[in-house]
Amino acid sequence: MEYLLIIVSAIFVNNIVLAQFLGICPFLGVSNKLSTATGMSGAVCFVITLATVVTYLLNNYVLVPLGLGFLQTIAFILVIAALVQMVEIVLKKISPSLYQALGIFLPLITTNCAVLGVAITVVSKEFSFGGAAHMLNLAEAVVYALATSIGYGLAMILFAGLREHLSGNSIPKPFKGLPIALITASIMAMAFLGFSGIV
Amino acid sequence: MLTDGLVKNNPVFVLVLGMCPTLATTSSAINGLEMGVATMFVLILSNIVISLLAPAVPDKVHIPVYIVVIATFVTVLQLLMQAFVPSVYETLGLFIPLIVVNCIVLGRAEAFAGKHNALESALDGVGIGLGFTLALTVIGLVREVLGSGSAFGFKFIPGDGILAFVMAPGAFLVLGYLMVLFNKFVKKQ
Amino acid sequence: MAAKSTLSNMVICLTGVCLVCAAILGAVYSVTKVPIEQASQKAMLTSIGMVIPEGGELSEAISDEATGMSYYKSVAEGKTIAYAVNSTVTGFGGPLVLMVGVLPDGTVYATKVLSQSETPGLGAQCATSESFISQFRGLGPDKKIAVRKDGGDIDAITASTITSRAYALAVSNAVTLVKTLEGQVLNEADSWSGASTKAEQTENKEEQK
Repeated sequence: MEYLLIIVSAIFVNNIVLAQFLGICPFLGVSNKLSTATGMSGAVCFVITLATVVTYLLNNYVLVPLGLGFLQTIAFILVIAALVQMVEIVLKKISPSLYQALGIFLPLITTNCAVLGVAITVVSKEFSFGGAAHMLNLAEAVVYALATSIGYGLAMILFAGLREHLSGNSIPKPFKGLPIALITASIMAMAFLGFSGIV
Repeated sequence: MLTDGLVKNNPVFVLVLGMCPTLATTSSAINGLEMGVATMFVLILSNIVISLLAPAVPDKVHIPVYIVVIATFVTVLQLLMQAFVPSVYETLGLFIPLIVVNCIVLGRAEAFAGKHNALESALDGVGIGLGFTLALTVIGLVREVLGSGSAFGFKFIPGDGILAFVMAPGAFLVLGYLMVLFNKFVKKQ
Repeated sequence: MAAKSTLSNMVICLTGVCLVCAAILGAVYSVTKVPIEQASQKAMLTSIGMVIPEGGELSEAISDEATGMSYYKSVAEGKTIAYAVNSTVTGFGGPLVLMVGVLPDGTVYATKVLSQSETPGLGAQCATSESFISQFRGLGPDKKIAVRKDGGDIDAITASTITSRAYALAVSNAVTLVKTLEGQVLNEADSWSGASTKAEQTENKEEQK
Protein backbone atom coordinates (compact mmCIF):
# COMPACT_ATOMS: atom_id res chain seq x y z
CA MET A 1 0.00 0.00 0.00
CA GLU A 2 2.73 2.43 0.94
CA TYR A 3 4.59 1.73 -2.29
CA LEU A 4 1.42 2.43 -4.24
CA LEU A 5 1.09 5.78 -2.46
CA ILE A 6 4.72 6.61 -3.23
CA ILE A 7 4.18 5.79 -6.89
CA VAL A 8 0.97 7.82 -7.30
CA SER A 9 2.41 10.72 -5.35
CA ALA A 10 5.66 10.83 -7.32
CA ILE A 11 4.11 10.45 -10.76
CA PHE A 12 1.00 12.61 -10.50
CA VAL A 13 0.70 14.67 -7.33
CA ASN A 14 4.27 15.90 -7.01
CA ASN A 15 5.21 15.56 -10.66
CA ILE A 16 8.89 16.38 -10.87
CA VAL A 17 8.55 18.75 -13.82
CA LEU A 18 5.14 20.32 -13.39
CA ALA A 19 5.06 20.63 -9.61
CA GLN A 20 8.70 20.56 -8.47
CA PHE A 21 10.32 22.36 -11.42
CA LEU A 22 13.25 20.00 -11.81
CA GLY A 23 14.74 19.08 -15.17
CA ILE A 24 13.13 22.01 -16.96
CA CYS A 25 15.99 22.60 -19.42
CA PRO A 26 15.64 19.26 -21.27
CA PHE A 27 11.86 19.48 -20.78
CA LEU A 28 11.86 22.62 -22.91
CA GLY A 29 14.93 21.79 -24.97
CA VAL A 30 14.31 18.35 -26.44
CA SER A 31 10.53 18.21 -26.49
CA ASN A 32 10.08 19.35 -30.10
CA LYS A 33 9.74 15.83 -31.39
CA LEU A 34 7.99 12.88 -29.78
CA SER A 35 10.80 10.47 -30.67
CA THR A 36 13.59 12.50 -29.03
CA ALA A 37 11.42 13.12 -25.98
CA THR A 38 10.89 9.38 -25.58
CA GLY A 39 14.62 8.71 -25.90
CA MET A 40 15.49 11.38 -23.36
CA SER A 41 12.87 10.08 -20.92
CA GLY A 42 14.30 6.57 -21.17
CA ALA A 43 17.83 7.78 -20.50
CA VAL A 44 16.74 9.98 -17.58
CA CYS A 45 14.73 7.14 -16.05
CA PHE A 46 17.76 4.85 -16.18
CA VAL A 47 20.22 7.38 -14.76
CA ILE A 48 17.94 8.75 -12.01
CA THR A 49 17.25 5.29 -10.61
CA LEU A 50 20.88 4.19 -10.77
CA ALA A 51 22.21 7.46 -9.39
CA THR A 52 19.74 7.43 -6.50
CA VAL A 53 20.84 3.95 -5.41
CA VAL A 54 24.54 4.84 -5.56
CA THR A 55 24.23 8.24 -3.87
CA TYR A 56 21.90 6.80 -1.20
CA LEU A 57 24.50 4.17 -0.27
CA LEU A 58 27.35 6.68 -0.52
CA ASN A 59 25.55 9.14 1.75
CA ASN A 60 24.34 6.74 4.43
CA TYR A 61 27.33 4.39 4.58
CA VAL A 62 30.27 6.69 3.79
CA LEU A 63 29.58 10.39 4.18
CA VAL A 64 27.36 10.39 7.26
CA PRO A 65 29.38 7.85 9.33
CA LEU A 66 32.57 9.80 8.56
CA GLY A 67 30.93 13.12 9.44
CA LEU A 68 31.51 14.42 5.92
CA GLY A 69 27.89 15.41 5.28
CA PHE A 70 29.06 18.80 4.08
CA LEU A 71 30.74 17.16 1.07
CA GLN A 72 27.34 15.90 -0.10
CA THR A 73 26.86 18.25 -3.04
CA ILE A 74 30.33 17.84 -4.46
CA ALA A 75 30.39 14.06 -3.94
CA PHE A 76 26.97 13.56 -5.51
CA ILE A 77 27.72 15.58 -8.63
CA LEU A 78 31.00 13.74 -9.18
CA VAL A 79 29.31 10.37 -8.70
CA ILE A 80 26.58 11.31 -11.15
CA ALA A 81 29.08 12.56 -13.75
CA ALA A 82 31.17 9.39 -13.42
CA LEU A 83 28.06 7.21 -13.52
CA VAL A 84 26.81 8.81 -16.71
CA GLN A 85 30.21 8.25 -18.35
CA MET A 86 30.18 4.62 -17.25
CA VAL A 87 26.66 4.00 -18.45
CA GLU A 88 27.68 5.46 -21.80
CA ILE A 89 30.70 3.15 -22.14
CA VAL A 90 28.87 0.05 -20.95
CA LEU A 91 25.87 0.71 -23.14
CA LYS A 92 28.11 1.19 -26.18
CA LYS A 93 29.69 -2.24 -25.62
CA ILE A 94 26.66 -4.26 -24.55
CA SER A 95 23.77 -2.90 -26.54
CA PRO A 96 24.66 -0.73 -29.52
CA SER A 97 21.00 -0.37 -30.48
CA LEU A 98 20.05 0.99 -27.07
CA TYR A 99 23.12 3.21 -27.22
CA GLN A 100 21.92 4.59 -30.53
CA ALA A 101 18.57 5.41 -28.99
CA LEU A 102 19.78 6.89 -25.68
CA GLY A 103 23.46 7.64 -26.28
CA ILE A 104 23.25 11.20 -27.52
CA PHE A 105 21.17 12.21 -24.48
CA LEU A 106 23.53 10.78 -21.89
CA PRO A 107 26.12 13.60 -21.82
CA LEU A 108 23.27 16.09 -21.35
CA ILE A 109 22.06 14.29 -18.25
CA THR A 110 24.99 15.22 -16.00
CA THR A 111 23.69 18.76 -15.85
CA ASN A 112 20.04 17.72 -15.67
CA CYS A 113 19.09 18.98 -12.25
CA ALA A 114 16.40 16.31 -11.93
CA VAL A 115 19.10 13.70 -11.25
CA LEU A 116 20.92 15.65 -8.54
CA GLY A 117 17.60 16.96 -7.25
CA VAL A 118 16.11 13.51 -6.68
CA ALA A 119 19.38 12.22 -5.17
CA ILE A 120 19.49 15.07 -2.63
CA THR A 121 15.75 14.96 -1.88
CA VAL A 122 15.85 11.24 -1.12
CA VAL A 123 18.57 11.54 1.50
CA SER A 124 17.54 14.81 3.10
CA LYS A 125 13.76 15.11 3.19
CA GLU A 126 11.22 13.41 5.40
CA PHE A 127 8.29 11.87 3.59
CA SER A 128 4.89 10.90 4.85
CA PHE A 129 2.80 8.52 2.82
CA GLY A 130 -0.28 7.95 4.89
CA GLY A 131 1.69 7.10 8.01
CA ALA A 132 4.15 9.03 10.14
CA ALA A 133 6.85 11.17 8.53
CA HIS A 134 10.14 9.34 8.13
CA MET A 135 13.30 9.16 6.03
CA LEU A 136 13.07 6.76 3.10
CA ASN A 137 14.77 3.37 3.32
CA LEU A 138 16.64 1.97 0.33
CA ALA A 139 13.68 0.09 -1.16
CA GLU A 140 11.41 3.11 -0.82
CA ALA A 141 14.11 5.33 -2.28
CA VAL A 142 14.39 3.11 -5.35
CA VAL A 143 10.61 3.06 -5.82
CA TYR A 144 10.47 6.83 -5.34
CA ALA A 145 13.27 7.41 -7.87
CA LEU A 146 11.72 5.08 -10.43
CA ALA A 147 8.25 6.58 -10.03
CA THR A 148 9.62 10.12 -10.19
CA SER A 149 11.41 9.39 -13.43
CA ILE A 150 8.29 7.77 -14.87
CA GLY A 151 6.49 10.99 -13.96
CA TYR A 152 9.24 12.86 -15.79
CA GLY A 153 8.75 10.70 -18.88
CA LEU A 154 4.99 11.12 -18.70
CA ALA A 155 5.16 14.92 -18.57
CA MET A 156 7.84 15.02 -21.26
CA ILE A 157 6.02 12.74 -23.72
CA LEU A 158 2.63 14.44 -23.23
CA PHE A 159 4.31 17.80 -23.71
CA ALA A 160 6.14 16.69 -26.85
CA GLY A 161 2.87 15.40 -28.30
CA LEU A 162 1.24 18.78 -27.67
CA ARG A 163 4.17 20.65 -29.17
CA GLU A 164 4.12 18.54 -32.32
CA HIS A 165 0.51 19.60 -32.80
CA LEU A 166 1.30 23.22 -32.04
CA SER A 167 4.06 23.43 -34.63
CA GLY A 168 1.50 23.11 -37.45
CA ASN A 169 -0.57 26.07 -36.24
CA SER A 170 -0.09 29.72 -37.03
CA ILE A 171 1.15 31.39 -33.87
CA PRO A 172 1.63 35.17 -33.44
CA LYS A 173 5.29 36.01 -33.95
CA PRO A 174 6.26 37.07 -30.41
CA PHE A 175 4.71 33.83 -29.07
CA LYS A 176 6.66 31.54 -31.40
CA GLY A 177 8.98 28.95 -29.91
CA LEU A 178 9.45 28.99 -26.15
CA PRO A 179 6.72 31.39 -24.98
CA ILE A 180 3.89 29.30 -26.41
CA ALA A 181 5.61 26.17 -25.06
CA LEU A 182 5.70 27.70 -21.58
CA ILE A 183 2.04 28.65 -21.79
CA THR A 184 1.24 25.08 -22.85
CA ALA A 185 3.26 23.79 -19.89
CA SER A 186 1.29 26.12 -17.62
CA ILE A 187 -2.00 24.60 -18.77
CA MET A 188 -0.56 21.11 -18.23
CA ALA A 189 0.52 22.12 -14.73
CA MET A 190 -3.04 23.28 -14.03
CA ALA A 191 -4.32 19.88 -15.13
CA PHE A 192 -1.84 18.16 -12.83
CA LEU A 193 -2.96 20.39 -9.93
CA GLY A 194 -6.17 18.39 -10.08
CA PHE A 195 -4.28 15.42 -8.65
CA SER A 196 -3.19 17.27 -5.53
CA GLY A 197 -4.61 15.96 -2.33
CA ILE A 198 -5.36 12.43 -3.48
CA VAL A 199 -2.42 11.06 -1.50
CA MET B 1 30.33 43.97 -20.75
CA LEU B 2 28.34 44.69 -17.61
CA THR B 3 25.16 45.78 -19.35
CA ASP B 4 25.35 42.96 -21.89
CA GLY B 5 24.09 40.42 -19.40
CA LEU B 6 21.28 42.66 -18.20
CA VAL B 7 19.34 42.97 -21.45
CA LYS B 8 21.04 41.91 -24.66
CA ASN B 9 22.32 38.59 -23.33
CA ASN B 10 19.90 38.21 -20.46
CA PRO B 11 20.43 34.64 -19.21
CA VAL B 12 16.73 34.01 -18.65
CA PHE B 13 14.88 35.87 -21.40
CA VAL B 14 17.45 35.56 -24.21
CA LEU B 15 19.79 32.65 -23.49
CA VAL B 16 17.01 30.66 -21.74
CA LEU B 17 19.35 29.11 -19.17
CA GLY B 18 18.79 28.18 -15.54
CA MET B 19 15.06 27.57 -15.97
CA CYS B 20 14.61 25.41 -12.87
CA PRO B 21 15.35 28.05 -10.20
CA THR B 22 13.70 30.66 -12.43
CA LEU B 23 10.40 28.84 -12.18
CA ALA B 24 10.71 27.30 -8.75
CA THR B 25 11.94 30.12 -6.53
CA THR B 26 9.95 33.06 -7.90
CA SER B 27 6.75 32.76 -5.89
CA SER B 28 7.60 36.18 -4.46
CA ALA B 29 9.90 39.04 -5.42
CA ILE B 30 12.11 38.59 -2.35
CA ASN B 31 12.62 34.87 -3.01
CA GLY B 32 13.58 35.61 -6.61
CA LEU B 33 16.01 38.31 -5.49
CA GLU B 34 17.64 36.02 -2.91
CA MET B 35 18.03 33.18 -5.39
CA GLY B 36 19.55 35.58 -7.94
CA VAL B 37 22.08 36.92 -5.46
CA ALA B 38 23.02 33.40 -4.33
CA THR B 39 23.64 32.35 -7.93
CA MET B 40 25.60 35.54 -8.61
CA PHE B 41 27.89 34.78 -5.66
CA VAL B 42 28.80 31.39 -7.10
CA LEU B 43 29.02 32.72 -10.65
CA ILE B 44 31.49 35.51 -9.85
CA LEU B 45 33.79 33.41 -7.68
CA SER B 46 33.81 30.38 -9.99
CA ASN B 47 34.40 32.63 -13.01
CA ILE B 48 37.45 34.21 -11.34
CA VAL B 49 38.98 30.92 -10.18
CA ILE B 50 38.31 29.14 -13.44
CA SER B 51 39.86 31.94 -15.50
CA LEU B 52 42.99 31.63 -13.35
CA LEU B 53 43.08 27.82 -13.52
CA ALA B 54 42.18 27.38 -17.18
CA PRO B 55 45.67 27.75 -18.72
CA ALA B 56 47.04 24.99 -16.50
CA VAL B 57 44.22 22.50 -16.90
CA PRO B 58 44.63 19.74 -19.49
CA ASP B 59 42.00 20.05 -22.18
CA LYS B 60 40.35 16.64 -21.70
CA VAL B 61 39.60 17.06 -18.02
CA HIS B 62 38.56 20.70 -18.03
CA ILE B 63 34.83 20.00 -17.53
CA PRO B 64 35.31 17.82 -14.40
CA VAL B 65 37.70 20.42 -12.98
CA TYR B 66 35.17 23.21 -13.60
CA ILE B 67 32.43 21.15 -11.96
CA VAL B 68 34.59 20.53 -8.87
CA VAL B 69 35.38 24.24 -8.57
CA ILE B 70 31.73 25.22 -8.95
CA ALA B 71 30.57 22.53 -6.49
CA THR B 72 33.13 23.81 -3.97
CA PHE B 73 31.76 27.34 -4.11
CA VAL B 74 28.19 26.08 -3.91
CA THR B 75 29.05 24.13 -0.76
CA VAL B 76 30.80 27.18 0.72
CA LEU B 77 27.62 29.15 -0.02
CA GLN B 78 25.46 26.43 1.59
CA LEU B 79 27.55 26.46 4.77
CA LEU B 80 27.61 30.26 5.00
CA MET B 81 23.86 30.51 4.45
CA GLN B 82 23.11 27.84 7.05
CA ALA B 83 25.25 29.72 9.53
CA PHE B 84 24.16 33.31 8.95
CA VAL B 85 20.82 33.36 7.10
CA PRO B 86 19.20 30.01 8.02
CA SER B 87 15.67 31.21 7.22
CA VAL B 88 16.64 32.14 3.65
CA TYR B 89 18.40 28.79 3.28
CA GLU B 90 15.22 27.06 4.39
CA THR B 91 13.01 28.92 1.88
CA LEU B 92 15.24 28.29 -1.13
CA GLY B 93 15.92 24.73 0.04
CA LEU B 94 16.94 22.28 -2.63
CA PHE B 95 17.69 24.96 -5.19
CA ILE B 96 20.84 26.15 -3.43
CA PRO B 97 22.76 22.86 -3.93
CA LEU B 98 21.24 22.70 -7.40
CA ILE B 99 23.19 25.82 -8.42
CA VAL B 100 25.90 23.24 -9.25
CA VAL B 101 23.89 22.04 -12.22
CA ASN B 102 22.61 25.48 -13.21
CA CYS B 103 23.58 25.69 -16.86
CA ILE B 104 24.35 29.41 -16.49
CA VAL B 105 27.32 28.82 -14.21
CA LEU B 106 28.92 25.98 -16.17
CA GLY B 107 27.97 27.70 -19.41
CA ARG B 108 29.79 30.94 -18.51
CA ALA B 109 32.80 28.95 -17.26
CA GLU B 110 33.02 27.14 -20.56
CA ALA B 111 32.12 29.98 -22.91
CA PHE B 112 33.76 32.93 -21.20
CA ALA B 113 35.91 32.39 -18.10
CA GLY B 114 38.04 29.69 -19.72
CA LYS B 115 39.14 32.13 -22.42
CA HIS B 116 39.45 35.47 -20.61
CA ASN B 117 41.48 36.93 -17.76
CA ALA B 118 40.32 37.13 -14.15
CA LEU B 119 39.12 40.75 -14.22
CA GLU B 120 37.05 40.33 -17.36
CA SER B 121 35.63 37.06 -16.04
CA ALA B 122 34.67 38.71 -12.76
CA LEU B 123 32.90 41.52 -14.62
CA ASP B 124 31.14 38.96 -16.81
CA GLY B 125 30.01 37.15 -13.67
CA VAL B 126 28.64 40.41 -12.23
CA GLY B 127 26.83 41.27 -15.47
CA ILE B 128 25.26 37.88 -16.07
CA GLY B 129 24.54 37.52 -12.34
CA LEU B 130 22.74 40.86 -12.28
CA GLY B 131 20.78 39.91 -15.40
CA PHE B 132 19.70 36.67 -13.74
CA THR B 133 18.82 38.44 -10.49
CA LEU B 134 16.84 41.10 -12.37
CA ALA B 135 14.89 38.49 -14.34
CA LEU B 136 14.07 36.45 -11.23
CA THR B 137 13.02 39.52 -9.27
CA VAL B 138 10.75 40.74 -12.07
CA ILE B 139 9.10 37.32 -12.45
CA GLY B 140 8.74 37.06 -8.68
CA LEU B 141 7.27 40.57 -8.49
CA VAL B 142 4.64 39.87 -11.17
CA ARG B 143 3.66 36.58 -9.53
CA GLU B 144 3.52 38.15 -6.08
CA VAL B 145 1.41 41.14 -7.19
CA LEU B 146 -1.07 38.96 -9.09
CA GLY B 147 -1.01 36.01 -6.72
CA SER B 148 -0.99 37.58 -3.27
CA GLY B 149 -1.62 41.29 -3.88
CA SER B 150 1.68 42.39 -2.39
CA ALA B 151 5.10 43.54 -3.57
CA PHE B 152 8.30 42.65 -1.68
CA GLY B 153 6.09 41.56 1.20
CA PHE B 154 4.09 44.81 1.44
CA LYS B 155 0.43 44.03 0.92
CA PHE B 156 -1.37 46.75 -1.02
CA ILE B 157 -4.35 44.90 -2.47
CA PRO B 158 -6.64 43.42 0.19
CA GLY B 159 -7.94 39.90 -0.26
CA ASP B 160 -6.43 36.69 -1.50
CA GLY B 161 -5.24 37.47 -5.03
CA ILE B 162 -5.26 35.00 -7.90
CA LEU B 163 -3.74 32.00 -6.17
CA ALA B 164 -2.87 30.17 -9.38
CA PHE B 165 -0.03 32.65 -9.89
CA VAL B 166 1.70 31.59 -6.69
CA MET B 167 1.32 27.93 -7.62
CA ALA B 168 3.09 25.96 -10.34
CA PRO B 169 0.97 26.96 -13.39
CA GLY B 170 1.54 30.65 -12.67
CA ALA B 171 5.31 30.20 -12.90
CA PHE B 172 5.13 28.85 -16.45
CA LEU B 173 2.47 31.36 -17.47
CA VAL B 174 4.26 34.48 -16.17
CA LEU B 175 7.60 33.43 -17.67
CA GLY B 176 5.87 32.69 -20.99
CA TYR B 177 4.13 36.07 -21.18
CA LEU B 178 7.19 38.00 -20.00
CA MET B 179 9.13 36.35 -22.82
CA VAL B 180 6.44 37.45 -25.26
CA LEU B 181 6.76 41.05 -24.05
CA PHE B 182 10.55 40.79 -24.20
CA ASN B 183 10.43 39.47 -27.77
CA LYS B 184 7.98 42.17 -28.80
CA PHE B 185 9.57 45.26 -27.28
CA VAL B 186 13.24 44.56 -26.54
CA LYS B 187 14.56 42.07 -29.06
CA LYS B 188 13.06 43.94 -32.03
CA GLN B 189 15.46 46.86 -31.84
CA MET C 1 45.26 28.17 -24.36
CA ALA C 2 44.75 24.99 -22.34
CA ALA C 3 47.65 22.69 -21.54
CA LYS C 4 48.18 19.51 -23.53
CA SER C 5 46.48 16.39 -22.19
CA THR C 6 48.66 13.53 -21.11
CA LEU C 7 47.58 10.84 -18.70
CA SER C 8 49.95 11.96 -15.98
CA ASN C 9 49.07 15.64 -16.01
CA MET C 10 45.35 14.83 -16.21
CA VAL C 11 45.57 12.67 -13.10
CA ILE C 12 47.76 15.17 -11.26
CA CYS C 13 45.49 18.06 -12.17
CA LEU C 14 42.25 16.34 -11.14
CA THR C 15 43.71 15.00 -7.90
CA GLY C 16 45.26 18.36 -7.11
CA VAL C 17 42.06 20.31 -7.71
CA CYS C 18 40.02 17.81 -5.68
CA LEU C 19 42.45 17.93 -2.77
CA VAL C 20 42.61 21.73 -2.71
CA CYS C 21 38.82 21.98 -2.90
CA ALA C 22 38.33 19.40 -0.15
CA ALA C 23 40.81 21.31 2.01
CA ILE C 24 39.00 24.61 1.42
CA LEU C 25 35.67 23.00 2.25
CA GLY C 26 37.07 21.39 5.37
CA ALA C 27 38.33 24.77 6.52
CA VAL C 28 35.06 26.58 5.79
CA TYR C 29 33.14 23.77 7.48
CA SER C 30 35.18 23.97 10.65
CA VAL C 31 34.72 27.75 10.76
CA THR C 32 30.96 27.65 10.15
CA LYS C 33 30.21 24.58 12.27
CA VAL C 34 29.63 26.46 15.51
CA PRO C 35 27.56 29.30 13.96
CA ILE C 36 25.38 26.72 12.14
CA GLU C 37 24.68 24.86 15.38
CA GLN C 38 24.03 28.12 17.20
CA ALA C 39 21.68 29.25 14.44
CA SER C 40 19.57 26.08 14.54
CA GLN C 41 19.62 26.10 18.34
CA LYS C 42 18.52 29.72 18.35
CA ALA C 43 15.75 29.06 15.84
CA MET C 44 14.46 26.21 18.01
CA LEU C 45 14.63 28.31 21.19
CA THR C 46 12.86 31.21 19.50
CA SER C 47 10.00 29.03 18.35
CA ILE C 48 9.72 27.42 21.78
CA GLY C 49 9.75 30.88 23.36
CA MET C 50 6.82 31.86 21.17
CA VAL C 51 4.57 29.03 22.36
CA ILE C 52 5.11 28.89 26.14
CA PRO C 53 4.85 31.50 28.90
CA GLU C 54 8.06 33.27 29.89
CA GLY C 55 9.98 32.72 33.10
CA GLY C 56 10.78 29.04 33.18
CA GLU C 57 14.05 27.24 32.68
CA LEU C 58 14.01 25.07 29.59
CA SER C 59 15.04 21.41 29.71
CA GLU C 60 16.90 19.51 27.00
CA ALA C 61 14.80 17.78 24.35
CA ILE C 62 13.09 14.72 25.83
CA SER C 63 11.86 11.93 23.60
CA ASP C 64 8.61 10.18 24.48
CA GLU C 65 9.04 6.50 23.69
CA ALA C 66 5.38 5.58 23.35
CA THR C 67 4.54 8.21 20.71
CA GLY C 68 7.98 9.00 19.30
CA MET C 69 7.33 12.73 19.84
CA SER C 70 9.93 14.96 21.41
CA TYR C 71 9.18 17.71 23.89
CA TYR C 72 10.78 20.32 26.12
CA LYS C 73 9.80 21.10 29.71
CA SER C 74 9.86 24.57 31.14
CA VAL C 75 10.52 24.45 34.87
CA ALA C 76 10.22 27.30 37.37
CA GLU C 77 10.86 26.87 41.11
CA GLY C 78 10.83 23.09 40.86
CA LYS C 79 7.47 22.97 39.08
CA THR C 80 6.78 22.35 35.43
CA ILE C 81 5.01 25.43 34.13
CA ALA C 82 4.66 24.41 30.48
CA TYR C 83 5.53 21.86 27.85
CA ALA C 84 6.65 22.62 24.29
CA VAL C 85 5.82 19.61 22.14
CA ASN C 86 7.27 18.98 18.71
CA SER C 87 4.31 17.46 16.87
CA THR C 88 4.46 16.06 13.32
CA VAL C 89 1.44 15.00 11.27
CA THR C 90 0.71 14.45 7.60
CA GLY C 91 -0.80 17.52 6.00
CA PHE C 92 -2.07 18.05 2.48
CA GLY C 93 1.29 18.34 0.72
CA GLY C 94 3.55 16.42 3.09
CA PRO C 95 4.70 16.51 6.69
CA LEU C 96 3.37 19.36 8.83
CA VAL C 97 5.57 20.05 11.86
CA LEU C 98 4.29 22.17 14.73
CA MET C 99 5.66 23.39 18.02
CA VAL C 100 2.77 23.31 20.46
CA GLY C 101 2.95 24.96 23.86
CA VAL C 102 0.77 23.20 26.42
CA LEU C 103 0.23 24.08 30.10
CA PRO C 104 0.41 21.17 32.58
CA ASP C 105 -3.40 21.01 32.91
CA GLY C 106 -3.77 20.45 29.17
CA THR C 107 -4.62 24.00 28.09
CA VAL C 108 -3.08 25.01 24.77
CA TYR C 109 -0.91 28.09 25.28
CA ALA C 110 0.13 28.82 21.68
CA THR C 111 1.20 27.07 18.48
CA LYS C 112 3.78 27.68 15.78
CA VAL C 113 4.51 26.00 12.45
CA LEU C 114 8.10 24.75 12.22
CA SER C 115 7.90 23.40 8.68
CA GLN C 116 5.14 22.72 6.18
CA SER C 117 4.74 21.90 2.51
CA GLU C 118 1.11 22.93 2.06
CA THR C 119 -0.34 24.61 -1.03
CA PRO C 120 0.99 28.19 -1.31
CA GLY C 121 -1.75 30.72 -0.69
CA LEU C 122 -4.19 28.13 0.67
CA GLY C 123 -3.02 25.59 3.22
CA ALA C 124 0.27 27.43 3.67
CA GLN C 125 -1.74 30.16 5.42
CA CYS C 126 -1.77 27.92 8.48
CA ALA C 127 1.69 29.32 9.21
CA THR C 128 0.67 32.98 8.90
CA SER C 129 -3.09 33.43 9.25
CA GLU C 130 -3.60 35.11 12.63
CA SER C 131 -7.35 34.44 12.60
CA PHE C 132 -6.71 30.70 12.23
CA ILE C 133 -3.82 30.36 14.68
CA SER C 134 -5.43 32.49 17.41
CA GLN C 135 -8.31 29.99 17.70
CA PHE C 136 -5.99 27.50 19.36
CA ARG C 137 -4.66 29.93 21.97
CA GLY C 138 -6.01 29.25 25.43
CA LEU C 139 -8.11 26.29 24.31
CA GLY C 140 -9.17 24.53 27.50
CA PRO C 141 -8.32 20.92 28.37
CA ASP C 142 -11.94 19.73 28.10
CA LYS C 143 -12.52 21.24 24.63
CA LYS C 144 -12.48 18.99 21.60
CA ILE C 145 -9.69 20.17 19.32
CA ALA C 146 -11.11 19.67 15.84
CA VAL C 147 -12.51 21.67 12.93
CA ARG C 148 -16.26 22.40 12.84
CA LYS C 149 -16.88 19.67 10.25
CA ASP C 150 -15.58 17.13 12.76
CA GLY C 151 -17.61 18.50 15.64
CA GLY C 152 -15.04 20.89 17.12
CA ASP C 153 -14.91 24.67 17.40
CA ILE C 154 -12.09 25.48 15.00
CA ASP C 155 -12.97 27.41 11.85
CA ALA C 156 -10.98 25.80 9.04
CA ILE C 157 -8.93 27.92 6.62
CA THR C 158 -11.06 28.58 3.52
CA ALA C 159 -10.67 25.76 0.98
CA SER C 160 -8.06 24.02 3.16
CA THR C 161 -9.99 21.61 5.33
CA ILE C 162 -7.32 18.90 5.15
CA THR C 163 -4.56 21.23 6.30
CA SER C 164 -6.76 22.61 9.09
CA ARG C 165 -7.68 19.10 10.16
CA ALA C 166 -4.02 18.08 10.23
CA TYR C 167 -3.16 21.19 12.26
CA ALA C 168 -5.90 20.41 14.77
CA LEU C 169 -4.72 16.80 14.98
CA ALA C 170 -1.14 17.90 15.66
CA VAL C 171 -2.32 20.18 18.49
CA SER C 172 -4.61 17.50 19.86
CA ASN C 173 -1.78 14.91 19.80
CA ALA C 174 0.42 17.30 21.75
CA VAL C 175 -2.29 17.91 24.36
CA THR C 176 -2.88 14.16 24.72
CA LEU C 177 0.84 13.62 25.25
CA VAL C 178 0.99 16.28 27.95
CA LYS C 179 -2.10 14.86 29.68
CA THR C 180 -0.50 11.41 29.68
CA LEU C 181 2.80 12.81 30.97
CA GLU C 182 1.07 14.76 33.72
CA GLY C 183 -0.99 11.71 34.58
CA GLN C 184 2.18 9.67 34.91
CA VAL C 185 3.83 12.28 37.09
CA LEU C 186 0.81 12.41 39.35
CA ASN C 187 0.52 8.62 39.53
CA GLU C 188 4.19 8.25 40.35
CA ALA C 189 3.92 10.95 42.95
CA ASP C 190 0.77 9.31 44.27
CA SER C 191 2.57 6.09 44.99
CA TRP C 192 5.18 7.97 46.98
CA SER C 193 2.99 10.31 48.96
CA GLY C 194 -0.59 10.86 47.98
CA ALA C 195 -1.29 13.76 50.29
CA SER C 196 1.31 16.19 49.05
CA THR C 197 0.32 15.64 45.43
CA LYS C 198 -3.28 16.50 46.11
CA ALA C 199 -2.20 19.65 47.82
CA GLU C 200 -0.06 20.52 44.82
CA GLN C 201 -2.93 19.86 42.48
CA THR C 202 -5.24 22.27 44.23
CA GLU C 203 -2.45 24.80 44.35
CA ASN C 204 -1.99 24.41 40.60
CA LYS C 205 -5.67 24.97 39.99
CA GLU C 206 -5.72 28.10 42.07
CA GLU C 207 -2.76 29.49 40.19
CA GLN C 208 -4.53 28.98 36.93
CA LYS C 209 -7.65 30.71 38.13
